[in-house]
Amino acid sequence: MSAPMKKCHVSATVNGEPREFLCEPTQVLSDILRNDLDLTGTKEGCTTGDCGACSVMLDGALVCSCLVLAAEVEGSEIETVEGVAKDGVLHPVQEKLLEHAALQCGICTPGIVVAAKALLEQNPDPSEEETRYWLAGNLCRCTGYDKIIRAVMDAGAAMRGE
Amino acid sequence: MTSDMKVKTQFRHVGTRPVRPDGLDKVTGRAQYGADRNLQGQVYGHIVRSPHAHARIKSIDFSAAEKLPGVVATMSAADLPEPGDRLIPGAEVEMKLKNVSPVIMARDKVLYHSQAVAAVAATSPRIAAEAAALVKVEYEVLPHVLDMHAALADDAPLLHEDNFTVGMDPPPEKPSNVSVYVAMAKGDVEQGFAEADIVLERTVTLPMCHQAYIEPHACVAKVDENGKVDIWCTTQGQFMVRVLTAEVTGIPQKDIKVTPSEIGGGFGGKTTVYIEPVAAVLAKKAGRPVKIVMSREEVFRASGPVSDSETRVKIGVKKDGTITAIDSDMLMNTGAYSASAMFAGVLFGTAPYKCENIRSIGREVLTNKPRVWAYRAPGAPQALTAVECVVNELAAELGMDPIDLRLQNAVEEGDIPLYGVPFQPVGLKECLEKVKEHPNYQVPLGPNQGRGVACAFWINAGMQSSASIHVAPDGGISVQTGNPDIGGSRASMALMAAEVLGVPVETVRPAVMDTDSIGYCDGTGGSRTTLATGGAVIQAAEKLVEELRRRAAASWQVDIEDVAWLDGKAVERCGIGIDELIEGSSPIKDGAKVLTLAELAATAGNTGGPLTAVASLHAHNAAPAFAVNACDVEVDPETGRTTVLRYTCAQDVGKAIHPAYVEGQLQGGAVQGIGWALNEEYLWDENGVLDNAGLLDYRIPVASDLPMIDTIIVEEPNIMHPFGVRGVGEAPICPPVPAVTTAVNNAAGILLYDLPLSPPKVLAAIDERD
Repeated sequence: MSAPMKKCHVSATVNGEPREFLCEPTQVLSDILRNDLDLTGTKEGCTTGDCGACSVMLDGALVCSCLVLAAEVEGSEIETVEGVAKDGVLHPVQEKLLEHAALQCGICTPGIVVAAKALLEQNPDPSEEETRYWLAGNLCRCTGYDKIIRAVMDAGAAMRGE
Repeated sequence: MTSDMKVKTQFRHVGTRPVRPDGLDKVTGRAQYGADRNLQGQVYGHIVRSPHAHARIKSIDFSAAEKLPGVVATMSAADLPEPGDRLIPGAEVEMKLKNVSPVIMARDKVLYHSQAVAAVAATSPRIAAEAAALVKVEYEVLPHVLDMHAALADDAPLLHEDNFTVGMDPPPEKPSNVSVYVAMAKGDVEQGFAEADIVLERTVTLPMCHQAYIEPHACVAKVDENGKVDIWCTTQGQFMVRVLTAEVTGIPQKDIKVTPSEIGGGFGGKTTVYIEPVAAVLAKKAGRPVKIVMSREEVFRASGPVSDSETRVKIGVKKDGTITAIDSDMLMNTGAYSASAMFAGVLFGTAPYKCENIRSIGREVLTNKPRVWAYRAPGAPQALTAVECVVNELAAELGMDPIDLRLQNAVEEGDIPLYGVPFQPVGLKECLEKVKEHPNYQVPLGPNQGRGVACAFWINAGMQSSASIHVAPDGGISVQTGNPDIGGSRASMALMAAEVLGVPVETVRPAVMDTDSIGYCDGTGGSRTTLATGGAVIQAAEKLVEELRRRAAASWQVDIEDVAWLDGKAVERCGIGIDELIEGSSPIKDGAKVLTLAELAATAGNTGGPLTAVASLHAHNAAPAFAVNACDVEVDPETGRTTVLRYTCAQDVGKAIHPAYVEGQLQGGAVQGIGWALNEEYLWDENGVLDNAGLLDYRIPVASDLPMIDTIIVEEPNIMHPFGVRGVGEAPICPPVPAVTTAVNNAAGILLYDLPLSPPKVLAAIDERD
């Protein structure tokens, strides 16, 4: 029997707000976001970094939050899907996913939103191939990706003012 | 259903593409899925699973686990009623409890690796996992069998000593690993082959695969002091969860309420239960809510994957292209308990063709693999793939375009398939013609490139559904059904209600209700929701319109027949015919009285009380779907890797209620089929342990694997449905497997029918070719 683990105290900025939590050293960020901070928009499809449903931004980098130890985010800035729409206004990626009917069950959608937003921030005019490779880590079993790719590229066009 | 039903063909809302009503919650992360709900005082369940593929359970000792601080309850099959030979009443398909209960908790024997044998509940997931590891289960390991042919051998280990093959005449005297035998025939196949100029026989094998929905199974259950059970879970059918949980646990259905969460994919895989009965029993014992979330590894190892199959097909064809005989013989792996869809494969594999002489045989085989379960058009891809690959080879041999060969033999109205029900108008030929005309089909192929075509049939289900509609005082419409929205069905329900009521679709608020709050609904499966539950919504809306006309008539003191319902308003006819008013050929008379829905709703309290309507039905008006796909691929001769270059899918959907979500079904099904043909397979070690129980090694298609998937919606209305709807969701997975297989074989100049056509296998076949 393992001895009870002493919890770590962590402070971080989550979606622009200061948050604190206690975590066991083995707990991953997706677990803490979902079960301690009530941010269940971040989904867990595998907890092995293979499906991308738990995608979040950590200090400006796109990561699978199931592969990040929660104890390691001390002082970090985290953005989850809940932080993407600002002041009641959807991000163009969210708008276009809806407009293109680019979700069926919707479980992969939060990860797609976070990943696609990161893509367009870094590459405002991605080609279809660039979009497909960027999103290759975000599994979707329902749509065959067609409408997702079109929506993300269309969001890019909207953000470019086209 | 009457044949003189008037099928609506002019629509105002149906056929448009509004944003889905649940969309905002889904792009912002607010939508709650199975694992997203936590209850006060909740503890966490963890399931103990078998390390052996076949073993007798000698004893289960919880003493060490129970001593761990934080453990609050334990359970095993000893806490569940003996299933005996009981059939599960009210289940969607006939099921024996003894084939369901041991998948929840093994009794006496384990028949596959990772089968559930016990469970614990503790105050944290970590403690629960530690406690599960402390449960001591003593096993007597038995020889196991994984391969279907090995399972058929006389000296094969028997999974069930009481399994005597069903469907044999005379019945067998000895038990075996064949659970079901089916033989269907029409005409005279020997005569048909005698008439043929070319006869070709091939054997095609499909691997065991998984639905691979992205959301693992998850639930939370609580039990109150009176024994009332409340379950929140991800499922394709809350009523199915209620009946199966009741049967497995012995808790009466009347004491169980099931609330479906949003569902993160199912594809048939969530039309049964795995953890809900366990959570209910643990919650009852613990006196606290119990949450169980399966890991991805558990989903792969211990939920119901998809049958592997071996189908031998022989087809005869005349020089002019007439198919004279089809003979099909299928082996389908059901895993540890009888549950496969072999019967559907036997019945439907030949349905696209007029052929007079057909024989189709199937055997369902028991092996020490997980009990299989439904996957989109269950049973059909395993049969159709073999038929379609042989048809493609025959076309090549005849020097005919594969679409022309199919056009010559395609079924149409009046033809009678093997399952005996004559076709009403069907759109197979139109699908074939549209694919042939598509620009993709005209593109010249380069070196190492190949094209494949396939068509498919799926029966589609009707079954039982309920719907209710309530009108708010300001005219807002709430539409309630009991079918989890797995791919946009709320949008379809809203469109159909808006169509009948003549109101903007934005004023309709559709909802998915718990089992206490709506009449019974069979699950979201069988491509039935838009047809059957939509049919209930249409009926409820029609009843509501009649009630609204009655209220208007009463306030105007005229006969109800003098009131028409037009564009969301009651209108005094003043002698003008209802049809003329609806069609707009006669205008509303000047001075005719009008009451809007909002006005009628605001005064409802004075005219008879709240406006509400309910409908329930058992739909017998489903009509089949036909689909045609064409696919171009390029095979890299150095690596054996296949790249899909372009893809076209056409399907007769009857009427596309929300065309964007119909296209999505076609695209998603095509890509699942591409995955099954090229990559996806369960890989086993010699001990019967799955080697690739994760999404890295069980590789489903990713965005960078694929081109755009072009769709063609064909609408040959279902003459039995008020809006012409057929089912959509399942047929799309059938044609891609043979279309891709043929394309790869053509591209590489090989003849490989042992799927998936993964790079090492294709490379080996290329080497053999050279």
